[in-house]
Amino acid sequence: MARRVALGLVTLLILSVIVFLIAQVLPGDVGRRILGPFADQRAVDALNEQLGTNRSLVAQYWDWITGFLTGDLGDSLAFRRPVSEVLGPALVRSAKLAVLAFFIVVPLGILGGVVAARGEGRMRDRLVSVGGLSATAVPEFVWAVTLILIFSLTLGLLPSTAQFPDGSGPLTQIEYLLLPALCLVFVLFGYIARMARAGTIEALDADYTRTAVLKGLPDRVVLRKHVLRNALLPTIAVVATQTGYLFGGLVAIEVIFNYQGIGQAMFRAVSQKDFPMLQSTVLVIGLIYLVATLVADILYSVLNPRVRLGSAE
Amino acid sequence: MSVPQQPVGSPLDDALAASPAAGPRRPDEGRTARREQLRVLVRSKTFIAGAVIVGFWVLCAGFGELLAPQDPLAPDPLNDLAAPSADHWFGTDRLGRDVFSRVIVGARDIIVVAPLATLLGTVVGTALGLVTGYFRGAVDDVLSRIIDAFLALPVLILGLLAITALGPSRGTVILVIGAVFAPIIARTVRAAVLTERGMDYVAAARLRNERTPYVLFGEILPNVMGPVTVEFTVRLGYAIFYVATLSFLGFGIQPPAPDWGLQVFEHYGLISGGFWWAAFFPALAIATLVIGVNLLADGVTQAFER
Repeated sequence: MARRVALGLVTLLILSVIVFLIAQVLPGDVGRRILGPFADQRAVDALNEQLGTNRSLVAQYWDWITGFLTGDLGDSLAFRRPVSEVLGPALVRSAKLAVLAFFIVVPLGILGGVVAARGEGRMRDRLVSVGGLSATAVPEFVWAVTLILIFSLTLGLLPSTAQFPDGSGPLTQIEYLLLPALCLVFVLFGYIARMARAGTIEALDADYTRTAVLKGLPDRVVLRKHVLRNALLPTIAVVATQTGYLFGGLVAIEVIFNYQGIGQAMFRAVSQKDFPMLQSTVLVIGLIYLVATLVADILYSVLNPRVRLGSAE
Repeated sequence: MSVPQQPVGSPLDDALAASPAAGPRRPDEGRTARREQLRVLVRSKTFIAGAVIVGFWVLCAGFGELLAPQDPLAPDPLNDLAAPSADHWFGTDRLGRDVFSRVIVGARDIIVVAPLATLLGTVVGTALGLVTGYFRGAVDDVLSRIIDAFLALPVLILGLLAITALGPSRGTVILVIGAVFAPIIARTVRAAVLTERGMDYVAAARLRNERTPYVLFGEILPNVMGPVTVEFTVRLGYAIFYVATLSFLGFGIQPPAPDWGLQVFEHYGLISGGFWWAAFFPALAIATLVIGVNLLADGVTQAFER
């Protein structure tokens, strides 16, 4: 486990260098990039002086990364506030959306995968597999347009924006967040169903399942106690990997539903060339993703008796 | 459709294992295997369905102006946001432009940009995968670490970061998506190369004193073309996803191009006001194209992995 944490830290270090290089070196003159091609050279120099972007790259990187480690993410150029003040509340809002989506999609995806696996090769298997794959392949904003058209415009059931009024209760918040969460559900369903299907098929084939059937256990018990338990382990890993994807998906969804989460913050940072905001936000996202993968690894080994008891497969 | 449980080997491995004397390969084995794959492909219903859908959009991309009933760029201010009718099948947009014509002609950008980006990613990724898989050791360790770091970020976020730095354009989109696909493809190719490098034909080539580039690209590459083809078609679906999303966010193809993502971006705010058609039909076009490509990819995967 210590090795995994160490590898994660190395990855994070390389990631920070990549992010820094993309954000600071690719644009060339940062001041020029922000002020545009027609700005006065003196104004550009002054801005570079003010931002500290006229110093050596090593000094700039060192400042940024030591600040990051002590919780100082720098100041946002667009918001004129510390990045952390913008990012904190945005993360909380996005987390609400993500949790709601996962609450819906994880049981649904597992159900779909198990149904498909039990009818392997038959119609319902193709339906879940090809349907899930197609739903996954369609971009979130396309789902958003479709869902708003159906549930908001035609049926008038749900609001077409996600920004719930301040101080609204949990149920009202869910009502506002349901459509954006459903977009994530559509995109995530295919991945989770596919993993659950593959896991279930493998478990159905395994010797312990045959033993359970042969000793006369009812189908229901075999499925719950022997098949599902083993089939769902890989699904945990997939849920963790998808946290990474999630941040990408949130950008389009939060823009279209006008929700002030981390995706919207990214979008605004990009539109307004807010490099300090962008670079710290991206590193925070990378950090969250690596922690999620690590937690999934640990969870996997805790839940899997073969790994837990140390007998190598 | 199934998730590969282990690194995908070359389809030729199977042919080799099946031949009575698993010795040197007969020269026609590769061709036979390829013909077999092609037969599986044209028999697959999903592949045919995908080919029909994608073929339709490729046709639109090539001959859009001839197929479109009206000029996709001509504004008609007196007739803006008109509902779908016999004159305008998909209605008109906020500048009075014919949405149907814009959807037909709008296929071009995505149909050119997405495959180019995928091709770039596949070429670079395959080269990286060959090198890391063949040399192992320090080269492999260092490159693998960098690849892992890249993969720790969602593709879209990396894309946004790079586009902010380079400025939005078709070229940037191709470059950025190609660059983020390369490490992903490299990982798959590396796994395939790891199984190939232990084979006798590689040892034989080395003993013949062939130069390393020849061993990599002349000997190993043809034998990992199966996984490379699968990766290309699967990534193509993702490329369309990302090109559309970047355009939708306003960071890809720029106005007044009739690009689909851009059309959705310009009109999604009008849906709740009842003017749904200007955003919905381009969105529908994206959905059909992306599903078509995925059906194609599904067919290819099944043909190459049996």
